[in-house]
Order: sequence, then C-alpha cells, then structure tokens
Amino acid sequence: METNEKVSLLTRIKRNVTLGKVLTYVFLAIGALVMVWPFYWMISSAFKTQLEIVSFPPAFVPNSWAYLENFKIAFVKAPFAKYFFNSIVVTIACVACTTFTTILASFAFSRLNFKGRDLIFSLLLSFMMVPFEMVAMTNTTTITQFGLNNSLLGLIVPFTTSIYYTFILRNFFVSIPDSLYYSARIDGASNWQYLWKIMVPIAKPSLFTIILLNALTCWNSFFWPRIIITSAENRTLPFGLYAFMSEGGTEYGPYMAAATIVVVPMIALFLVARKYIVNGVARGGLKG
Amino acid sequence: MALFKKKATNTNAEVDTFKSPNKLNIEPFLYLLPFIIGILIFTIYPIFNVLRYSFIEGLGHPLGKQLAERCTFILTDASAKGCDLTWGLGNFEYVLKDKYFWSALKNTFQYVLCVVPVSTCLAIIFAVLLNQKIKLRGLFQTVFFLPMVTSSIAVGICWKYLFNYNYGFINYLLNTFGIASVDWLGQASMNIWAVIIYGIWDIMPMTIILLLSGLQNIDEMYYTAAKVDGAKTLRIFFRITVPLLAPTIGLVMILNTISCFKVYSSIFPLFNGSAGITGKNLYTAVFYIYNQFFINSKYGRAAAAAVLLFFIIFAFTMFQKWFQNKVSN
Repeated sequence: METNEKVSLLTRIKRNVTLGKVLTYVFLAIGALVMVWPFYWMISSAFKTQLEIVSFPPAFVPNSWAYLENFKIAFVKAPFAKYFFNSIVVTIACVACTTFTTILASFAFSRLNFKGRDLIFSLLLSFMMVPFEMVAMTNTTTITQFGLNNSLLGLIVPFTTSIYYTFILRNFFVSIPDSLYYSARIDGASNWQYLWKIMVPIAKPSLFTIILLNALTCWNSFFWPRIIITSAENRTLPFGLYAFMSEGGTEYGPYMAAATIVVVPMIALFLVARKYIVNGVARGGLKG
Repeated sequence: MALFKKKATNTNAEVDTFKSPNKLNIEPFLYLLPFIIGILIFTIYPIFNVLRYSFIEGLGHPLGKQLAERCTFILTDASAKGCDLTWGLGNFEYVLKDKYFWSALKNTFQYVLCVVPVSTCLAIIFAVLLNQKIKLRGLFQTVFFLPMVTSSIAVGICWKYLFNYNYGFINYLLNTFGIASVDWLGQASMNIWAVIIYGIWDIMPMTIILLLSGLQNIDEMYYTAAKVDGAKTLRIFFRITVPLLAPTIGLVMILNTISCFKVYSSIFPLFNGSAGITGKNLYTAVFYIYNQFFINSKYGRAAAAAVLLFFIIFAFTMFQKWFQNKVSN
C-alpha cells in the first residue's frame, strides 16, 4: 500500500511537471514573440519596397532581403555616417570621463577615511531621486554660459559624473576585504597604486557593468542633444533619426532603415555582454 | 609584492597617514574633486536653482519698459543688469489654474495607473517562467530584455508604423480576431491607449529583470517542501512565490511609478513631437514642463511645474512605501 501511494504521488507530480513544462514554453514563446516583434518588423521593413510597406494584409517577409534602396535613401537624405561618428565620440568620451571620476570617488567613499564621509554619501544618494528633467533646465543655461551649446563638448561635459554609478562601484569596493589593503600598504603601496593595481582589476565585472549601462544611456540619449544641438552636423544618432523623420515625407521604408542603423549596434552589444548589463539593471534600474 | 618595492623607500609620509587615518589630510578630497565638481555644477546647483526660478514672478527694469525686455534671469543673473526681480507664488498659481497642467496630470495618472499594475502582473508571470530550469533560457532572456537597450526614438518610430490605421500590423491582428480597425494615432481619445501599450512593452524588460533577481533570492527549500506536500503549481505561486517576492514587487512598483510619471519620450516619435494628434490632447507632466520652458520660454512656470511634479512623485513614493510596510506586517 505504502509503495503504491508513493508511486501514484510520483506519477502525479510527473504529469503535473510535463503539463507545466508545455504551458511554460507556450507562454514564453508568445511573450517572446510580442517582445521581439517590433524589432523584426523594423528590420524586415527596412528591406521592403514602398508597395510592400503599405500592403494590407501586411507582407510578413520582404520580397527580397537584397533590396537596399531604403538604406540608400536614408544615407543620401541625411548624414547618418556623420551622426554615427558623433554618437561614437560622445559615448566614448562620456564613458571614459564618468568611469574615471567614478573610480576615484568610489575609492574615496569606500577606502579613505575623512570626516563626514558617510553623511556626504547618503546626502548624495538622496539627490538620485531628483529627475533629470528638473536639472536639465538650469544645465541648459550653464552649458550656454560655458559657450558649449551646439557642440559635442556640450553633450559630454554634464555627463562626466554619476551618483548612481558611484553608488554601484562604491558598494563593490566596500566588499573587498580590508586585509588586502593593509598588506598592500605595508608592502609600501600608495593609495593610488593600491587603487589602480589591485582594486580596479578585482572590480572588473562591476566596472564592465557601469561602463555598459553608461554607454547604452549615452548612445540612446535624445533630449539633451535635442536641447543643446542646433545645427545638423552636430546631431547624434537618435536626434538625427528624429530630425530625419520630422523633416522627411511619410514613407516608412527609409525610416525603418535609419532606425535599424541606430538599433543594431546596441543589439550587438547586448548579445555580447548580456550578463553584465542584466546584472547592472538588477541593482536598481537602467538610469542614474 | 615586489611590484611596490621600488617606491617603498619614499612613502614614509603616506604610511604615516595610513597609520593615523583620522588625522586631517587632503588626499581623500583630491580623489573626490572631479566627482564633486561635476555633481555640484550639474546636479546640486540646478536643483536649488529650479527652486529659485519657481518663485520669480516677473522681471522689470526701474528705468522703463524697453530695458525690461532685456531682463531675463535665464542666461545671466538679472539683478546684475539692474533688473528688478519680483518674488512670489504667481507661477504656482498660474500652473495650478492652467487647464493644460491638469489635463497633463490626468494623462500622466492614467498612464501610471495602467502601465504599472499591468506590467508588474505580466512581469511576475514571465519572471517565474524564466526562472525555471528550461531549455533555451539564454535565448528567451535575450529576447525579453531586448527593448531595454534600444533607443526609444528608433523603436517609437517602428511602433508608429505598427499603430498605423490603414496598414499597421496591430490593426491587422485585431482584424484577424474579428475586431474592427482602431485609429490609434488619428483619433484623439485613442492616443493615450497607444502610448500605454507601447509603455507596457517598453518597461517590461527592466521589471522582469528586477523580479528575476528577487526570485533568485528565494530559498529553494520552500519549493521542495511544498512539492513534497503535493501542493499544486498555482497554490505554490500564490502561497509561496508572491508573498516571498512581495518586497521586490514593492520596489519594482516604486521604480516603475517614478519612471512612468516621467513619461514623455515615447510620445515624441509617435506624434512627431507634438502632444497627441491635436497637439494639445496628450500633454504629460514632463511634456508640459518642457513646452513651458523651451517653447513658451516661461521659465518660472516650468520651474514651478517641475517642483510640483517632484513633490507628487515624492508623495507617491512615500505612500507606496507606507502601504507596502502595512501589507507586509
């Protein structure tokens, strides 16, 4: 009797498990389809002729994946190569500066002792609640006073520090054991050497995370460039794409081609470095 | 550590400070300097400046109207040019009496109240499913998280195409289920729903990731025990997963509420930068602030609206935290 009961229990669990598995895959597949559909639609429509674009019921697959007319139109009508270059310059500069200031500040907030350290740090954290929209107004004035409006530098300078990334990295630095620091100091290492030769290499995963999150935010930023940049040659990709759309006609083919150009680098980056990006977002969101 | 031997001879002073860390030394401040300069100029000063703006009612010049036109507190310190600043609550009064501000608030609240609960519920389901030991987990995760890394302008343009009345994919989908086409972007009353659908899709990845990391902190032991007791899957979900996930759900709802209150960038590509199809029907709080500032050049009003928005977000966050504490007790 007892064994019988056990067997039936086991089969019941097994049947439950297989049914559950099937349902899991069905739900996940539907969800995945919904999430990926706009991307598939964007990229496939970039290869569609205008006739296919406006056909209803819609064409699911473009007639020919070698139809590149939309990309040609996009590149002829707007300087997307220049926008691409601007985006790369701004992103690299922002990320390099922010990473540098973040490493130094995180080190000071985690390893060096000074009066009021933790008080200052928690005060800074409370500023994280203030939306960027609120500070953008004054920053516009400040950048104009610096004479940096309508320049790539104006896109870089306000984004060379970040409380949020400092918060992430500082928390990681705190977790590095004290004994490492004391033994390095006894061996004669200065704080500076300890930071760059021991702490930074250990913190590589956290550094990757903040670098990637920062790069994504910079690359996709739209409103700040739209406020600061007034001439076409200084636009970055998202702003350039928006301008292309609001200046051009109503044909979706070239828009989809241009949108593909903007989106594909970040998708590629995400495929390569998903783990680090997801880790970063899991710590409290994408934006600082 | 041979690495540092060379320098060891002339670091006596540093070793000293290392032995007595409480002694005042300027080293920490050198490390902090670049960070603090940036934060002071571009975060702390602007916060207080917005507060100041919001109380500046008007500008005038004691010598006459023509000179007064030169008075602007946005680019220079107006008082330095001999202008008179009028202080008061006029900006707040104007904003609170402005019907567009109230319609902006109504739209924003509608957006928050739809997007936050729906996205959270859906995300809980998908997070639980993604947390199981399934095949192709990496692929599923990649696909689910993709919207997170892409520009809202680029994706927004694609959504504009999907929402198209005549040849959009969404209307095709509705038609196949026997539902008549909807003029999402052309009919003013449907505009907000288009933005809400796009918003739910847009916020899903972040929500799922946060919930997944919460799920991974739940001890496997609870599930094993429940399975041995023969508990049904749904029962496990409602009696174990949801209660143990409650703190994460609370956090997610707070973060999502804050980000939904700032809805703006998704409206932009859908309506070519105007607030809805009529240009006035789809103001949101941030949209209102930006228009007052950058288009109407009413800096004081924009600042007053920004301050109000901040306090609304703040109050909402506090309320949610309080509510969450009450529920979990």
